[in-house]
Amino acid sequence: MYQYTDKDQTIIDERVTQFRDQTERFLKGEIPDDKYRALRLMNGVYIQTHAPLLRVAGPYGLLSSKQVRKLASIARDYDKGYCHFTTRQNIQFNWPALERVPDILGELASVQMHAIQTSGNCLRNTTSDQLAGVCKDEIEDPRPYCEIIRQWTILHPEFAYLPRKFKIAVSGATLDRAATQFHDIGLHLVKNDQGVVGFKVFVGGGLGRTPVIAKMVRPFLEKEHLLSYLEAILRVYNLNGRRDNKYKARIKILVRETGLEEFTKQVDAEWALIKDQLIVSEERIEAICAQFAPPAYIDSAAADTSYAEQLANNEAFATWVKHNTADHKIAGYRVAYVSLKAPDRPPGDCTDTQLDAIAGLADEYSFGMVRVTHRQNLVLADIKQADLFALWQKLDQLKLATPNIGKATDIICCPGLDFCGLALAGTIGITKEINESLDSMDYVHDLGEIKINISGCMNGCAHQSVGHIGVLGVDKKGEEWYQVTLGGSSENDATIGDRVGPSVSKQDITGVVVKILEVYIEQRVNEDESFLATYRRVGMSPFKEKVYAVN
Amino acid sequence: MQLIKDKHVTQDSWAFIADDVALNVDYNIVSQARWSKEREELVKHGGQLGLRLESNAVVEEIVEDLSHFQLIELHIPVFTDGRGFTHARVLRSRFGFDGDIRVSGDFMRDQVFYLNRVGVSSFELNDSDNAQEVIDSMGDISVRYQESVA
Repeated sequence: MYQYTDKDQTIIDERVTQFRDQTERFLKGEIPDDKYRALRLMNGVYIQTHAPLLRVAGPYGLLSSKQVRKLASIARDYDKGYCHFTTRQNIQFNWPALERVPDILGELASVQMHAIQTSGNCLRNTTSDQLAGVCKDEIEDPRPYCEIIRQWTILHPEFAYLPRKFKIAVSGATLDRAATQFHDIGLHLVKNDQGVVGFKVFVGGGLGRTPVIAKMVRPFLEKEHLLSYLEAILRVYNLNGRRDNKYKARIKILVRETGLEEFTKQVDAEWALIKDQLIVSEERIEAICAQFAPPAYIDSAAADTSYAEQLANNEAFATWVKHNTADHKIAGYRVAYVSLKAPDRPPGDCTDTQLDAIAGLADEYSFGMVRVTHRQNLVLADIKQADLFALWQKLDQLKLATPNIGKATDIICCPGLDFCGLALAGTIGITKEINESLDSMDYVHDLGEIKINISGCMNGCAHQSVGHIGVLGVDKKGEEWYQVTLGGSSENDATIGDRVGPSVSKQDITGVVVKILEVYIEQRVNEDESFLATYRRVGMSPFKEKVYAVN
Repeated sequence: MQLIKDKHVTQDSWAFIADDVALNVDYNIVSQARWSKEREELVKHGGQLGLRLESNAVVEEIVEDLSHFQLIELHIPVFTDGRGFTHARVLRSRFGFDGDIRVSGDFMRDQVFYLNRVGVSSFELNDSDNAQEVIDSMGDISVRYQESVA
């Protein structure tokens, strides 16, 4: 993985010093609230219901075991012994004291981590595919380009005060696992007719209160022009994006109001003026790619026979392998998911003890690296098949082996009313209730691939509008109610879910989700027809009928 | 009113003249509206001339006129409005403006590092600001990833 140069380290060290000074000045009353707010947000600090929330950047989801241990020690020393992984591959601490945040940032800097631009109206952390570099369907590893973009975004002097937040995601595989079409800029690595790899560029996607699927603005962008093209888009946005209404300030609204053709024309005109000044050289790309060279895989890994034996003899292990591991491009290796969706834990949360143990497992079995997924789980990407059984046993002891990846209880869930100052309704409690209703693992497996996403407000942090089943918390006369959508998808077939009907009360919402799952079981052609495929075939009516049927 | 120019505290010789007020002998800063309406008189008046651009200005509209100005003032209405950052960058690197680019209005000390990098050369401060601290803030971060003007 990428190792910081002296320059990288200097930037984050000096940023810590700068933020320490800003925070001290604020605490002395020398910076007004509104101005400090902008400064702290650009250092990842929100003020929440109970305490500040610190969002730490997980650059394209890749962490070293050393970094994971540091997260564990921060959770222990500065928080209540746990952290939370987010849908943008970041890490959140829910209980730090504001005056100690500069110390936490100092701790993070000691392991090449930071919280720069994880919030605020600026260029955010670039996200990617959790299977980058190991999946079979990859055109090229997207992470070197994410790193090039990371460096370009950090403290970009021209784009620090944008109309609104700005998110970039890069996918290098044929299956889009990074929800790129719901980002302000989505980049797909593609191969053109001449066999040259470049980027297909999408602009103006986003979730939140106005979910929009991104539009393609350039079918093929040469790698050398990556940064100049991004800069052209950002310059057009910085000058023309709406600043009069924060709900209309995202680039998706600019693209809509300007029209795609005119917007693309403006970007191209700007790009023509700068494309030769901001070239990413081949040497630079090679140097960064070298930092993501494949680890030292063992040629004989596939020769192991113990794996097949254990699969045949241990049903629980076989179940875990089936649901929580994925194919690896190297024979004899598999990708293992670490489920952060145990039924009795808030989705995406991880304790300090678990973090330390995961770091140890990464060192022992997976070249010392851990990845964060956008569905709030972790991945150990390079496991020899001979090690899977031992890994499973250890994960199971740590309650990190719930065999539910991609299943109904692998719920994306925002912190909701329990923690967040914006939320209108609880989410963690609903997730727990759904888990209790789906207590038979066999039933969960029978339901197959299904994505349930639950957000506590229309800001949509849990991406409810692209959930196969989306649940959105709303306020109805001071009470917590929920709107349900069906049929969303954040993959290549990007779709925004359809609303089932009027919102339902807190006491009914879990029952509604359960009924929707029952309708699916009744309606599917056979076990191979997924929830999403069934919904697309039969439409809303059977679901709606059952949800609103008078008992 | 204090002024920082090229990282030094200095006397401000310039004054912004409201559209309906008579010009000073020298060092006048005028609005874009006044420039487009009274262009000939302003050129004839002689002396040093500055132009104030509001954050919604379109820089391309005044590019042909840049040779008339020794100063461009970028007026920031509220510190979250980042359009001036692009205006400064484009004036310097695309249109080759080599006069003074100053910022006025609602910017804060914690933004001067960025403003300096996009080519702003002078900063209008309030009397309560500590000018030396503002100058020091321009050096908060000593290394950089991106191309920049300064």
